[in-house]
Amino acid sequence: MDRPNPLFRNLSSKIASLPMMLIVLGVFVGGTAWTVLFSFTNIRILPLFTPREWINGYVGLANYDRLFKTDRWMDCPGLTKIGTEAWQWKCAGALPNVVTYAVLSIILSISIGFLLAVFMDQKIRMEGVFRTIYLYPFALSFIVTGHVWAWILSPEYGLQAAVRQLGWTSFSFGWIADRQMVMYAIVIAGIWQGSGFVMALMLAGLRGIDEEIWKAAKIDGISTWRTYLQIVLPMMKPVMVTTFVIVASGAVRIYDLVVAITDGGPGISSDVPTRYIYQNFSANLGQSLAASTCMLVAMAFILIPWIRMEFGKKG
Amino acid sequence: MSHTTAIGIVPTGPKPKKLISVERVIVYSVLLLCAVFFLFPLYIMVITSLKDIEAIRSGNIFIPTMTPTFSAWGKAWNSACTGLYCEGIKVGFWNSVRITFPSTIVSIAIASITGYSLANWPFKFSEAFFTVLLVSSFIPYVVMLYPLVLITRWLGIYSTLPAVVLVHTIFGLPILTLLFRNYFASLPQELFKAARVDGAGYWRIFFQVFVPMSAPIFTVAVILQITGIWNDFLFGVIYAGPTNYPMTVQLNNIVNSVQGGKEYNVDMAATILTGIVPLAIYFFSGKYFVRGIAAGAVKG
Repeated sequence: MDRPNPLFRNLSSKIASLPMMLIVLGVFVGGTAWTVLFSFTNIRILPLFTPREWINGYVGLANYDRLFKTDRWMDCPGLTKIGTEAWQWKCAGALPNVVTYAVLSIILSISIGFLLAVFMDQKIRMEGVFRTIYLYPFALSFIVTGHVWAWILSPEYGLQAAVRQLGWTSFSFGWIADRQMVMYAIVIAGIWQGSGFVMALMLAGLRGIDEEIWKAAKIDGISTWRTYLQIVLPMMKPVMVTTFVIVASGAVRIYDLVVAITDGGPGISSDVPTRYIYQNFSANLGQSLAASTCMLVAMAFILIPWIRMEFGKKG
Repeated sequence: MSHTTAIGIVPTGPKPKKLISVERVIVYSVLLLCAVFFLFPLYIMVITSLKDIEAIRSGNIFIPTMTPTFSAWGKAWNSACTGLYCEGIKVGFWNSVRITFPSTIVSIAIASITGYSLANWPFKFSEAFFTVLLVSSFIPYVVMLYPLVLITRWLGIYSTLPAVVLVHTIFGLPILTLLFRNYFASLPQELFKAARVDGAGYWRIFFQVFVPMSAPIFTVAVILQITGIWNDFLFGVIYAGPTNYPMTVQLNNIVNSVQGGKEYNVDMAATILTGIVPLAIYFFSGKYFVRGIAAGAVKG
């Protein structure tokens, strides 16, 4: 009898995996490679494909150069003098906006989530009810979240109007109409949507810690709050890293929330990279591809702590 | 066990607790305060949707109306204007249903079979393939938006229902495959071997041994896909085309349409209607929901 051809070993398995392989190679690998490669060409509206077109159109970093000189992407003169004595910090554009949003939402949602989890861990009654309440916003889409918060924060009818009606007429809370403050308004909505989920992750982490640790700390006379901060928190490092990756990667991709709350406004003061990329597909494809590649790089940096944790154990 | 020390007899059992301690009061106040913050927008949504437009103009956003009416809900569902036409958000609802069902079924079918292959029928390069999958699930989707416009145009389906279904299916695949592969790999391998000894082949083992015992992972996958696809906005805008816009896009258009003055009660009713499907899934699925969203949170 002939030896079976190894190509046909587990043939069903190979055939069944074929659609997936084609999609992964064609879309994920191919699409990403295309975006990165053609961000270095003078690509306009008509897409290019072949290596010859790539060589002919190669312009090096010109798209990146133009991108970072575009005010809508990044306009960061830093501390600028306005008038004779006054100085003002100025850093606007889609990229600084997403950095502001990401830094604030990472810090706030991780600290709020951790504190909530610690409070939930105090053997409280009706834990299920509290958990359900904290977590339900995460089931809602960013569009729904955004429109609710846009309504609550609207200066004409929302919180500001309501408080003024109660008699405090000088009360002012018009963040979504204020170029300087609008990103913070979006952060509030983002925190509302996501911190319950961070709480759930942290609570799972807290519950995973060995009971013996608690007993030992108690015997040594260490107070509950110090145990949380100095013993439990360092032990939760894996959970923290996972949470960081989830929150940070979500923050970098932010799009729908901004569209729903301000649609980038007032003016373009709350524009974010995904919105910039999408809106430049027809007019400025080269810049769009360059901006996409920047986001890919940002994602790679976000993943570094996670990769080091997952694969760095041996070395 | 003896409970004597040098001093004498020590009382046994737990120390009697004070009925209310300061610490307990603080814990519950913080939890309640946060609960109020989280529930506040839901409260505002509901009371705004029950007001008539006069009550909104003259009233206070916090205070519910004395004469609640469901007319805003009817208008939101049946006749709210999106800027193109005035047929309400029901158009978006049915579009979302038509997008969500096929995408969920196809992506789970492909992913479960591929996950089963990777876990139980390894072939040459299957490890490498697995690594590529893992990396793919982290690539931000914005990097592939334009290539997918080109691909769907080349297939001749750009701006149609099949295009948006295809895109949702594609972006769901890597994470779902990892989910299924890890689950199948955690099942006892003796089962697989026993089935093989009994002469069952690739498909038979999958359908008669693995699928029946994988209800939890299929539940997680269904929740992950339905909520993710229902809540999507960007793919709907880009690939679906105006006649197939999903509910989130329709909602955005209704809120932003300016014809005939702003009707905040109708906007809020439409917002609640858009949120109801994922909320219902959340309330009925319990712990599976958290597992589902935790798996999906890193996607794209």
